[in-house]
This record gives sequence, structure tokens and C-alpha cells, in this order.
Amino acid sequence: MIGFLSRRVFESALILIGITFITFLLLFVLPADPVRQIAGRSATPEVIANIRHQLGLDLPFYQQYWRYFVNLLQGDFGRSYLQKSEVAELIKARLPASLLLMAAGIFAELLIGLAMGIISSLRRGGKTDNILMVVSFVGVSAPQFAVGILMLYFFAVKLAWFPIGGYGTWQHLVLPALTMGFMGAGWYSRMMRSSMLNVLEQDFIRTAKAKGLGKLKVIMRHAVPNAILPIIAMIGIDIGLFVSGMIVVESVFGWPGIGQLAWQAIQRVDIPIIMGVTLVAAFFIVIGNFIADVISIFVDPRIKLK
Amino acid sequence: MIILKKLLKRKLAVFGLIIIFTAIILAIFAPIIAPFSPNEQFFDGLTIEGAPLGPEAGFLLGTDLLGRDLLSRIIHGSRTSLVIGVVANGVAVFIGAFVGIVAGYFRGWIGSVLMRITDLMMAFPALLLAIVLAAIFQPSIWIVAMVIAMVNWVQVARIMYAETISLSEREFIDAERSLGASRIRILFKHITPHLIPSLIVFGTLGISTTVLLEATLSYLGVGVQPPIPSWGNIIFENQTYFATAPWLVAFPGIAIVTLALAFNLVGDALREILDPTMKGRS
Repeated sequence: MIGFLSRRVFESALILIGITFITFLLLFVLPADPVRQIAGRSATPEVIANIRHQLGLDLPFYQQYWRYFVNLLQGDFGRSYLQKSEVAELIKARLPASLLLMAAGIFAELLIGLAMGIISSLRRGGKTDNILMVVSFVGVSAPQFAVGILMLYFFAVKLAWFPIGGYGTWQHLVLPALTMGFMGAGWYSRMMRSSMLNVLEQDFIRTAKAKGLGKLKVIMRHAVPNAILPIIAMIGIDIGLFVSGMIVVESVFGWPGIGQLAWQAIQRVDIPIIMGVTLVAAFFIVIGNFIADVISIFVDPRIKLK
Repeated sequence: MIILKKLLKRKLAVFGLIIIFTAIILAIFAPIIAPFSPNEQFFDGLTIEGAPLGPEAGFLLGTDLLGRDLLSRIIHGSRTSLVIGVVANGVAVFIGAFVGIVAGYFRGWIGSVLMRITDLMMAFPALLLAIVLAAIFQPSIWIVAMVIAMVNWVQVARIMYAETISLSEREFIDAERSLGASRIRILFKHITPHLIPSLIVFGTLGISTTVLLEATLSYLGVGVQPPIPSWGNIIFENQTYFATAPWLVAFPGIAIVTLALAFNLVGDALREILDPTMKGRS
């Protein structure tokens, strides 16, 4: 077990280093020149050369990468080209909003998805089951930005139940969280359904019924907890989807998180911010995958620790 | 043919096939079917205040912020979605299958290197990578398709890798080997044919993901560029009017959901018919 964990930690670290390298390489070949953006159109060649030197952009690739990497190990993500502030500070200021949105999104997708999956499995083959499964397909086929805008239209503009965008109270959180959870709810309802169907066939369910437990108790006490475990592990793997969702949802709702930060940085070619957010996002994805692995071992000890 | 017959017995799959077929017809004959040119800005296509028109007799689905016919733009947009959906996903499945099969069949250091690259790609925030790539290359339809392919091959590679490994450990492969068949012959004659069901299933389901990713990139403004109509960039262009003209978001949105749904329904039916996990066979 400990051997497995340490190997996974080592692999995760390697993946993160690989990501720093690839992102750096991609942004290095980016044709847009950040120096021109900082200096402005009327800058003389001397000024441009000066700024280039200050930023270390006149060094060869491997030296630039090495400098970046060493700084990174010391927790220094560099400085934003345009905002003149520390990238680490910018990300730190915006991370709580994104984590809040992510947590609320996971809550929403589990609440809706698991409920749909449980009901479906209990009505297997029936009308309710069929309708719910079609709904789940619509969920996974709906682009988040369109769902978000239409939610804004109905619940914020027409009905005025929630604010049109922004951040602060729980009312601000409802629509973005639902938008984030909409797609995942579709996946989770399908997975929960098949997981429930699996569990409901097991002997211990028959035993529970045989000893005279009520139907509801059998389902809530014995079936659901066993069906839920493999699904919890999936959340870890889904962090990547959430990061993608964050960029879209935060830009639709004006949510001040790292997704919006990244999106604004991409439009302004503010490379240190793009690098920083990519790394932070990759960090969460790697952690998520790691946790998923660990959970699946606990859920099903038969998984070989290879 | 047997597969098609089985597909036609499933209501949802038939529904999906009809939608896909309709979309293909719309895309091929767009200039004939669409009532107007997608780029013509009509003088009477805006209100006196300059706002887009709602759905009415002249313009069935209304007009957009430049006074263009929304229906015609959506019909022409089906070309973008289908071309990118099929091309990008085709390339992604090809790369994924290549990487997965080579890594799973030859293993050794080639396999390790390929799978480590795949792991690396799994940890990359996909949309962020696609946006950065799209920003590096000036987006045209083909560039957008390539960007999506570069992000989407990873899942296919992992599935193909796992299936190739489990296949190459089966008895009939051992039998072939003991008969003296060469590695290449085994790969093409005995391994690849068994992977085709999975490739068909994920090739179909993947188009749905691709259509959604194209729409998202275009919505963010880094995908297909106006004036070429794409369902995503129609929403991108018109979103400032969403409070007064929600149909400008709703209709293209419905188009995206319907097409993605259709490929999902057909793909799911194919999965049940072809049973690529080979549960029923081993």
C-alpha cells in the first residue's frame, strides 16, 4: 500500500513537471509578442529591447525555462505582464471563488444525478426510467454556455429570483452551480442507475428483504450506500471537466474566479497568468485522480496494487 | 447491415439517425434550403431602434444583431458543426487508436513513453489547452478541427490501450503465435479487427463531444470566426441581446443540443449492440 502510494505521488510530481514544460513550450512558440503589448505601439526599438531584457525574454529557451522552474519551486509564479502584480497573489485572491463554485457544482450534480439514478433503477424498464434516461442524455448533450445564458434569462431576467451575475451571497451561487452541475448530473444519473442495478441483484439485498426490512430501509440503508461508493471515486476524475466548465461558467456569470482570470489573460496574452492558472488547474486534476485511485482501493480491495 | 437492422429496432436510435440524416441534408443543400444568404444584412431586418427582430412571417426565427436571417445562419452553421465534428473526431480517433494500439501491442519502452504522454494529456485542463492552441494558430475551420483533435484523442488512446492488452493475452493470439504468424500479421489480421466495434462506438459518441467543444470554443470567440456561421459563434455574437432577444441564444442552443444528443443516442445504441467491453463474449 505504502509502496503504491509513494509511486503514485512520484508519478504525479513527474506529470506536473511535464505540464510545466509543455505549457512553457507552447507559450514560447506563441507568435504574439508580449513585449509589444506592454510597451505600446509607439515604443522605440531601444525601449522594446530593454523590456525584453528585463523580462529575460532575450535568453535562450532552456535558460528561460530553467529560471521559471526554479522560481516555481519557491512558490514564485512570476509577475503578470500587464497587471504588474504577482501571479501567485492574483490566483490566491480568486481561488476561493472558484473552489466555492466547484464545490457547489459537485453538490448540485450529485444531488440531481444520484436522485435521478436511484429513481430510474427502482423503476427499471418503466416509463419513468425511460424518461429520466432521455433527460440524462439531454443533460450531457447541452453546452454549458447556452444552459447558463438561458438560465439567466428565465430565472434572473424573467422571474427575477436570482441576480443576473456577480458574486457575494448564496443567491449569486445558485445559477452558476446548477449550470456547472447540469452536464455532470446526466453522467452521474446513468452511472448511479447501473451501479444500483448491480447492487440490487446482490445476495445481501435479498437477505435484508428476507429479514423483514421495509422497502425504503433496504434501499436507503443497504443499496444506496453500496452503490454510491464507486461513483464517489469518479468525482476525482471529473475535476478536469470542472476546470473546463469553470472557464465557461465564470465568463457567462461574471464569477470572479481563476477561470475568468485565465480567460482574460488569454485575450491579453498575459503569459505568466495563463501558465499559473494552467498549473494550478493541473495540480487539482492530478490530486483528483490520485484521490480517485485511493478511494477505489478502499472501495474495492480486489483492485490489484500493481 | 445486421447492425443497421438492430439499430432500426430502437426508437431512440432511429430518432437520432433521423436527426443526423436531416443535419447532413441541411449541410449539403444549405444554399438551396436556406431562405436567404447567411451573410446578407437586411435593411428591414432590424427595428427602427436597431434591435434584432423576433420570429415573424418574413424571418421565421427572427434576425440577429446585424439584421441577418437567423434561420439561414443556423442552416449554414450545420456545415461547420458537421465538418468539424466528423473531421476533428476522425483525426482524434485515428491518433488515439494508433497510440493506444502501438502502446498496448508493442509495450516496452515505446509503450511506456506513449502512455506517459497520454497520462500527461489527461492531467491537462482540456479547454484551457484548446484555447491556448487556438490562440497560437489563427483559427480557421481546419485549425479548430485540428485543435479539437489534439485534445480529444486521449480517451480513445486509453481505451484502445486497455483493449489491445487484454486481446493480446487471449488464447487465440497465443495459438496464432505458435503457428508462426508474424507480429505484424497478428496485429493487422487478428487484433485490429476485434477493436473495430469499440472504434465505431467511440467514433460516434466522440462526435457529440466534438460538436460541443467546437460550439464552446466558438462561443468564447477562439473557434470558428464570424462571418462564417457556427452555432457557437452565433450565440457569441448575440449574447449581449440575451435579455431582450433570447431566441438568438435559444435556437442555436437547441440546434447544438439536438445534434449532440443524436450522436449520443446512436452511439449508446451501438454500444449496446456491439458490446465492445466484450462482456458477452469472454
